Amino acid sequence: MSDTHTEDHIYIVGAGHAGGELAFALRQQGYAGPLTIVGDESHLPYQRPPLSKAYLKGECEATSLYLRQLAAYEKANISLLLSRRVERIDRANKKLVFDDGREVTYSKLALATGGRARRMTINDATRAEGTSNFRYLRNIDDVMAIRSRFEAGQRLVVIGGGYVGLEVAASAIARGVNVTVLEALPRVLARVTAPQMSQFYEKVHRDAGVDLRTNIEVTHLEFNATGDAVTAVHCTGGVVIPADYVVVGIGLLPNTEVAQAAGLDVDNGIVVNEYAVTSDPDIVAAGDCTNHPSVFCGRRIRLESVPNAVEQARVAAASLAGKPKAYESVPWFWSDQYDLKLQMTGLSQGYDQFVLRGSMESKSFAAFYLKQGRLIAVDAVNRAQEFMVAKRMVAACKSFDPAALADESVPLKTLAGPVQPAAPQA
Amino acid sequence: MSIRLSVVDRNGGEHEVETAPEGSLMETLRELDYGVSAICGGMCSCATCHVYIAPEWLAKLPDRQSDEGDLLAELQFRQDNSRLSCQIQLKQEHDGLRLTLAPEE
Repeated sequence: MSDTHTEDHIYIVGAGHAGGELAFALRQQGYAGPLTIVGDESHLPYQRPPLSKAYLKGECEATSLYLRQLAAYEKANISLLLSRRVERIDRANKKLVFDDGREVTYSKLALATGGRARRMTINDATRAEGTSNFRYLRNIDDVMAIRSRFEAGQRLVVIGGGYVGLEVAASAIARGVNVTVLEALPRVLARVTAPQMSQFYEKVHRDAGVDLRTNIEVTHLEFNATGDAVTAVHCTGGVVIPADYVVVGIGLLPNTEVAQAAGLDVDNGIVVNEYAVTSDPDIVAAGDCTNHPSVFCGRRIRLESVPNAVEQARVAAASLAGKPKAYESVPWFWSDQYDLKLQMTGLSQGYDQFVLRGSMESKSFAAFYLKQGRLIAVDAVNRAQEFMVAKRMVAACKSFDPAALADESVPLKTLAGPVQPAAPQA
Repeated sequence: MSIRLSVVDRNGGEHEVETAPEGSLMETLRELDYGVSAICGGMCSCATCHVYIAPEWLAKLPDRQSDEGDLLAELQFRQDNSRLSCQIQLKQEHDGLRLTLAPEE
């Protein structure tokens, strides 16, 4: 089956945060032609961050995660092709080929394919994936499966001490679950933050009752007699940890295979320019799947972040609508665990100086990362106001006096300079 | 029973919006094609759901909690009647609420 219309039809491949935002941004940019989002899940585009937090704890329902409800898509005349996977992009004929064999013709294409959970590489992984109590965490269906087992007294083993793993641990503790976290590296959050921050979060989790172990690798898994459930996790050093449930959060792999097979440039993400345009001028890309130039970092980066997905989606939409604007946002992130609101701006990689403002004991502080004197990143814990100031300071790409940053008697905003007040409105 | 809100968009256009008196004001505003982006989804982390409340309605809303005030304090477009719409739970008594969407930072 093939449709043969030759009119404009923009397709968005991927119904995550970037895909959903891109569609509405296209309408705001004035594109009035046919517009379809293709997604391989059955859900409307939704927010993923609550998956490891409120949604996992059972505090909200799936529909409240949706970026917008169905009526908004209908009103904006945005079509949704859900539970449908794009198998192939035929760039020569500008066609998309779906998993059911159907083909459609696109005038322009947006790739918002996001990423998927990184799988474990141990021999038992494939077998474990077929059981009922071993799960990666990436989508709503994963969380539906996991949270149904979140009962007091259950023994949960979390493999991976990154943000997803730690947020799962915090959510599980809140439900009375017994939690063990296994991290292969010497400290949690090792790839994204300073040792001081890792130590802080390790203490918080241990104080909350998590059995948190670092420098420990999973060697194999133990199964029940019928082979349909994992019963224990075996680790280096002969350590055996009994498990009623295993959740794995060991990172994300960008979904780039379809782009690569279509001959687009791919290098740890779909390569795009500052206008979110790929190596094919009729194809844009946005979100976790892209490798994009960062003015702020002075190099190409790939980010796994909602603000990046939203802001880059708008840039991609502007390019499709013929009104290009360059993407130049400073990265930022957040993570909520227990009573800690962590907000981060910039990328700390390559820092040579760490400055603490406030005390970790009080659970209210900001950590500054400097590189050759220049402020490149800030992590703020329970300091929302200083975080807002820090965003401006990091965006300024300037040097700050470390002693002044640490001095709580001087308001941070004094260092940053005042907000430029806007003309009053309404 | 649904309630009606009067929303002024960023271009000065006025809209009457009918919504259920449940969930946060942000959740209603993000459904609108001229609405708020609400990047963090209501965690009070991003301040991208910033609105100005009509003065006569300010006192009828619950007070700001500390995080909300902290975020608002550093916004370029902050005014005395600024609120983050994710922190306002809609109720029946908010029928007739008038507000203006703040410019994006």
